[in-house]
Amino acid sequence: MKPRKLEESVFKVLMIASITLVFSVLAGIIIVIVVRGASSLNLSMLIQTPEGGYYLGKGGGIANAIVGSLYLAFGASLISFLLGLPIAFALQKEYLSPRLAHVTRLSLDILWGTPSIVYGAFGFIIMVYLGLRASLLGGIITLSLLMLPIMTRSIEEVIRMTPSELKEISYALGTTRIETTIKVVLRQALPGIVTGILLAFGRGIGDTASILFTAGYTDYIPRSLFDPVASLPLAVFFQVATPIPEVQNRAYASALILLVIVLLISLGSRLLSGRCSRHIVK
Amino acid sequence: MPHISLSNLTIAYGNHQVLQDITVDIPDGQITAIIGPSGCGKTTLLKTLNRLVDLYEEIRVEGEVRIDGVNIYDPKPDLLALRKKVGFLSQKPYPLPMSIHDNITFGPRIHRMNRKELLDQIRELEKHIPIDSLCPNGRQKGTRFRKNPEMDYLVEYYLRLAGLWDEVQERLHDPATQLSIGQQQRLALARALAVEPEVILADEPTSALDPISAQLIEKQFKILKNHYTIVVVTHILRQARRIADYVIFLYLGELVEHGPAKQFFNSPRDERTCAYISGEIS
Repeated sequence: MKPRKLEESVFKVLMIASITLVFSVLAGIIIVIVVRGASSLNLSMLIQTPEGGYYLGKGGGIANAIVGSLYLAFGASLISFLLGLPIAFALQKEYLSPRLAHVTRLSLDILWGTPSIVYGAFGFIIMVYLGLRASLLGGIITLSLLMLPIMTRSIEEVIRMTPSELKEISYALGTTRIETTIKVVLRQALPGIVTGILLAFGRGIGDTASILFTAGYTDYIPRSLFDPVASLPLAVFFQVATPIPEVQNRAYASALILLVIVLLISLGSRLLSGRCSRHIVK
Repeated sequence: MPHISLSNLTIAYGNHQVLQDITVDIPDGQITAIIGPSGCGKTTLLKTLNRLVDLYEEIRVEGEVRIDGVNIYDPKPDLLALRKKVGFLSQKPYPLPMSIHDNITFGPRIHRMNRKELLDQIRELEKHIPIDSLCPNGRQKGTRFRKNPEMDYLVEYYLRLAGLWDEVQERLHDPATQLSIGQQQRLALARALAVEPEVILADEPTSALDPISAQLIEKQFKILKNHYTIVVVTHILRQARRIADYVIFLYLGELVEHGPAKQFFNSPRDERTCAYISGEIS
């Protein structure tokens, strides 16, 4: 075979192999979780709180963890979105000087790479300082710090892809910078922003270490922001660590529920971002 | 007194001088063509007139640009008022990421025009260009006028003025991105007109269009010139011959020659103009 054709074939095989690997990993995870968890999965798992305390019982459900995780992830998504959007706006060249924008991006990237256990420890110190005990509020704050760099950077990347000519057109009509940002750039970037929120949400709802010390643990569904809150990742963690096989199987069922939640949110946001992209200028 | 008058205008990007010592008056109520080969500063000159050049980094502007006697490069310009007065058409049409209808109303909404101002604006314009003169096939008074009849009438009027109404009247609320590129450019014209400018700047407005769409744009310009001052950048000499009343010829950043179109094309004074018109240089 001629060298150029060989090169073509080698890369084709590489691409197929890598894609196959991705699918196999996903399929593998789903198979293991379903095979081990399906037997424990039933309605009471979804709608009841645990019996036997600390997830170690074989009865009841994990409704406290499902609700807790949704509270935590939605709360933290909202806060990090409200903080991240202005940062993403400011990183455009109309607002920040290129040097300052560069430093900001670098800082966000470092935060992105920081292990979540560090966020957990940091959040814990802050809470001790504020006199707050492990609670829904503490968990939301810590989780939103973890999600902020992911949210901001991914939103900023789509905002940066707005054609400069489109902004020019808007300015030429007599808009101010913020009018152009909100009425034109934001609309143009909307589908990408939805994806960015989803990315951060997925990371947040699955994170264990940052809420280990800050959200606490309870067998009940929290009634206020200052109550401790259970979460799905921690439920999996505690259950899988027991020596009792039935409880271990319940861990896999919990993981399956977590996966389904992420899948539903993912499909929902695809649908939403598809609807937003009708107006997008290509 | 001419609407726009430039004196000793020099523009540099960093150390690279793009335009040198340009002094010229642009006549009122005519089509002025800025011609010259690529990269000789035509677009820069055009974008100086509404200060879109401000968006570029490291740009330095010296000299004066007077519009209605006001130097727009004074330290404290009213940029928004300037850009309301001076409309702009870009080379490639960019619809704003919204519906056809909202593209037209974008400008009036941004400038917070109330119903009375909208009505006054159209009545004033109708003295010069009555709506019936824009309807060769007669105008149907439909039941379209609902919530905001003034705004609806404004949309119809400007779409007719840009020669687009008949093609889009049935789908005003569809995304503007669904229009063909030729229609998008006429939409851009209508959108610019809706802000009620006195001057229209057009940067090679037909270069991305097919010949028939290009012809439509030229036709609208000829209708509009009685009421607006139009400045067109073009590198198509034949287009300048077809539409221009006045010609400015730039070569390598220098103003070589300017004058009424007839005189410019029939008896050019400068050697470089002769060479450019005859096609010896490009």
